[in-house]
Amino acid sequence: MRVPFDRVLPMDVPLPGSSFVELLASVGSSPRWEVPVGSVVNAPEGTTVLAVQFVDGVVMAGDRQATEGHLVAHRTIQKVFQADRHSAVAIAGTAGIAIEMVRLFQTELEHYEKIEGLRLSLEGKANFLARMVRGQLPMAMQGLVVVPLFAGYDEFEGRGRLFSFDVVGGRYEEIEFGSTGSGSRLAKSFLRTAWRPDLSRVEAVELTVQTLVAAATEDTATGGPDLRRGIFPNVLVIDRDGGVEVTDDELRPMAERALESIR
Amino acid sequence: MTVPFYVAPEQLVRDKAEFARKGIARGRSIVAVEYAQGILLLAENPSRALQKISEVYDRVAFAGVGKYNEFETLRKAGIRQADLMGYLYSRADVTAMGLATGFSQTLGQIFSHEPKPFEVEILICEVGAGQADSRMFRITYDGTLHDQRDVAAIGGKSEALETAVRSRFREGMTRQEAIEAAIGGFREAEGRESEGWEAAVLDTSNGRRAFHRLKPEDLTAPS
Repeated sequence: MRVPFDRVLPMDVPLPGSSFVELLASVGSSPRWEVPVGSVVNAPEGTTVLAVQFVDGVVMAGDRQATEGHLVAHRTIQKVFQADRHSAVAIAGTAGIAIEMVRLFQTELEHYEKIEGLRLSLEGKANFLARMVRGQLPMAMQGLVVVPLFAGYDEFEGRGRLFSFDVVGGRYEEIEFGSTGSGSRLAKSFLRTAWRPDLSRVEAVELTVQTLVAAATEDTATGGPDLRRGIFPNVLVIDRDGGVEVTDDELRPMAERALESIR
Repeated sequence: MTVPFYVAPEQLVRDKAEFARKGIARGRSIVAVEYAQGILLLAENPSRALQKISEVYDRVAFAGVGKYNEFETLRKAGIRQADLMGYLYSRADVTAMGLATGFSQTLGQIFSHEPKPFEVEILICEVGAGQADSRMFRITYDGTLHDQRDVAAIGGKSEALETAVRSRFREGMTRQEAIEAAIGGFREAEGRESEGWEAAVLDTSNGRRAFHRLKPEDLTAPS
């Protein structure tokens, strides 16, 4: 790795010059994972994340568990991240690679905003994330899959929007709700009957908690709320004023009710 | 073969310095003032599109006077350096001191190696947890680095402006008092009304990204 800091600032950079990912590549410091072909890597995997639209925006939520095969690797991992003020990204798949991808994505958005003096459009952000997923395809072929979910408040259109991705970097705009990860099918079939177009903020947050409980009941890899240890999902609400993390104090009664009502 | 004329290095440096100073003297000034919760940056700038003050990192801001394309190049290079450092190490490892050294080295090299020096003067500010932890660095066209306290000014009338604002400065001012001190200082130094302000603060109450642009109404609103 060439160290870019010889105390003289990087004045010459590849075009377009507003991308941090390109800048990082130009100094030879892009994150790289090299796995010999045919070998198998066991790394912790994140499981279920989801996002639902509500009247003022979107709510994004994820459970806290990472699994390695049949074992629990981490109980309190974070899978839902604020990407910038008005958008969030949730990750499923190989946790180590996905978290690095999120960090790079966050830096990219802020870098663009500072260099250009304006924020990327929500679609611009989603397209860039798709490009990053596409770049991971060789790793995905070797089992290190990363599939994010992206949601945010579109400042031009004045509504919450969400996007799901596939392993080749396909980008699909979802309406109403979206989910990815091992419990995503269960989450989606639950949401298909429970989602309503007139959900308020509180109702949408409660719905995401119920959905995660439902998914955790059927999918062993998904970790439901853990009242004894005080582990609750990460839930992020994004509306016109930006993203706000929902506190554990607000989530606890919702988790109690969900665990009570789902059999 | 033609032999180039011999020019004494002293003469060369003097000519370049004079050239750069003339360019900067034409520019309007910028002042930075510390207050209880942060640092105010105020520039006289009639343009709404071309900005002289910018966010660099979580707690660091940049201001430049002189030739627009030159300080814009420096501004972008500073953001690149900051984001690279923050990504490869940690956000806490990006400091105004490190960036100011980078600007100083870059400007110094351009001054001695390029045929034309940059006609710019820049200011790097960092807000700390308390007023004592805040940093302000002024860097001139030849890379000279000045460590400033409380008040710093750059541009054509920087010396008069700094003196005028410093006479109005006191420890622990509110943001509104800092605005009044800066505007009052401008009036005194320039002896006329401004053609438009560009203002921003680095304020500890803004969370991780301390930088926040002020709207024209924020400058006139009573505290």
